[in-house]
Amino acid sequence: MSSQTASQNKEHFEINLGPQHPATHGVLRVKLLMDGEYVVDAEPVLGYIHRMHELMGENRTWAKYLPNMGRLDYLSALSYNLGYVELVEKMAAIEVPERAEYIRVITTEMNRISSHLLWFGAFVLDLGGFTPLLYAFDDREHILDLLESVTGSRLTYCYFRFGGCSNDVEDEFLTGCLTFIKRLRSRMPMYHNLVTKNVILMQRLEGVGPVSAEMCRKYGATGPVLRGSGINYDVRKNEPYSVYPEFDFDVPVYNECDSMARYMVRMDEMDQCMRIIEQAIAKIPEGPVMAAKVPKMIKPAAGDYYHAVEAARGTFAIRAVSEGKNQAYRMKLRSPTFSNLSLFQEASKGMLLADALAFMGSIDLVIPEIDR
Amino acid sequence: MAGYFTNILSGTKSLLVGLSITQREFFKKPVTLQYPWESLEMTPRYRGHIQLVKDGETGTHKCISCGLCDKGCPSGCITVKGEKQEGVKVKVLVRYDLDFTKCSLCGQCIDNCKPGAIEFSKEYNLASTRKEDFYYDLLKRLKEQK
Repeated sequence: MSSQTASQNKEHFEINLGPQHPATHGVLRVKLLMDGEYVVDAEPVLGYIHRMHELMGENRTWAKYLPNMGRLDYLSALSYNLGYVELVEKMAAIEVPERAEYIRVITTEMNRISSHLLWFGAFVLDLGGFTPLLYAFDDREHILDLLESVTGSRLTYCYFRFGGCSNDVEDEFLTGCLTFIKRLRSRMPMYHNLVTKNVILMQRLEGVGPVSAEMCRKYGATGPVLRGSGINYDVRKNEPYSVYPEFDFDVPVYNECDSMARYMVRMDEMDQCMRIIEQAIAKIPEGPVMAAKVPKMIKPAAGDYYHAVEAARGTFAIRAVSEGKNQAYRMKLRSPTFSNLSLFQEASKGMLLADALAFMGSIDLVIPEIDR
Repeated sequence: MAGYFTNILSGTKSLLVGLSITQREFFKKPVTLQYPWESLEMTPRYRGHIQLVKDGETGTHKCISCGLCDKGCPSGCITVKGEKQEGVKVKVLVRYDLDFTKCSLCGQCIDNCKPGAIEFSKEYNLASTRKEDFYYDLLKRLKEQK
């Protein structure tokens, strides 16, 4: 329904959700057409923090574009780092040492857990529960400390380099990861008792915000949104990259299609991340962390390249067109949250406003990544 | 009707379980750091703004003013000025400016530096309302370190 025809109804009124609203987790504005407490139409308005990341990729060298990756989805920056360096390695045919691949997997999965923990806290905060946020931040702090000891930064990482990682990891980091996993495993039942089995949360989420598999296909939704709709699709399994095929892990899939299903997918994903990290730490080989021969000025052969990775919120993909120069001719970033947000307009029709916000929280939006 | 009462019972139980968890947490020690009174020591890899490394032998910097840090910087926040001096083979560094307002701490300048003349500082208590406070003269900073 276009908002013009709908607004002719005198009972309807428009309200703005955002651009400054705590529930949108950033500068997202949603124009809501309401009929009392019910949403008639919801139109996301984007562009408040558009920073032209794609254009920046086209006017600077391949290496100079590296720090931009940490500024897209700042909550799982390492997945984006990984996607970009793997793309350029594919283009320039750079071999990555095995140890570096393992380090990349360990740090990326740690980052995924930290991202899901933050989502968990913020999501329950959206629903009105403040306490779980503090518990989740307590755990997340351990991950940030561990990653800081390796990468040097706490949020906007720039750790991977073409051909490896900028530095090696120490044994203390690996044992620290294992200690953390032990701690988080012991805390997971607490989270489930406190939040998942809570009657208020269950009634707010179960059966709310139905997103069918068909709707996911229509809008290109990926990640936990898609897996919560019963489709088993994970780039790590379907188009394996790095050393993921060497690990034994499951892809959590729920068929309920509601907010609870998306919640459960993320909670189970944390368990799977821990499994991957444990296996990676057990198998990590010795050796260099940088490829022996990395050209100083990277000039990939002319062509059209594409690489996708599984970020915490879905499939992150980059398409780069090279003309054989030291910078890209075209850089297209496919961000998962943009597609996931697109289905909000259709799915939120007829919802209560409070349910629509719970639904928005379950999609897990990161606005800088939508706007790029 | 039976479902109605079991719902109430199971709901109340879930709330009580939650309350017992938060109550246990209530008696635990705080996990936070009491910041102004305590502060953290940064890890050796912590990325603060860059600074010139002080050479233990000569007591001065190792920079050869090749300018590779400047060329590799994605944000163009480094300006290096070197000049030829009599009797010295390499260029002598006369000024090393860092505009920290633009820096994204990616570390590519340090990767590019062959002689290992720059490093990350451990400074994190940086706050100011004036932009000019973040324009650093690193050579001056090195001299003041003595």
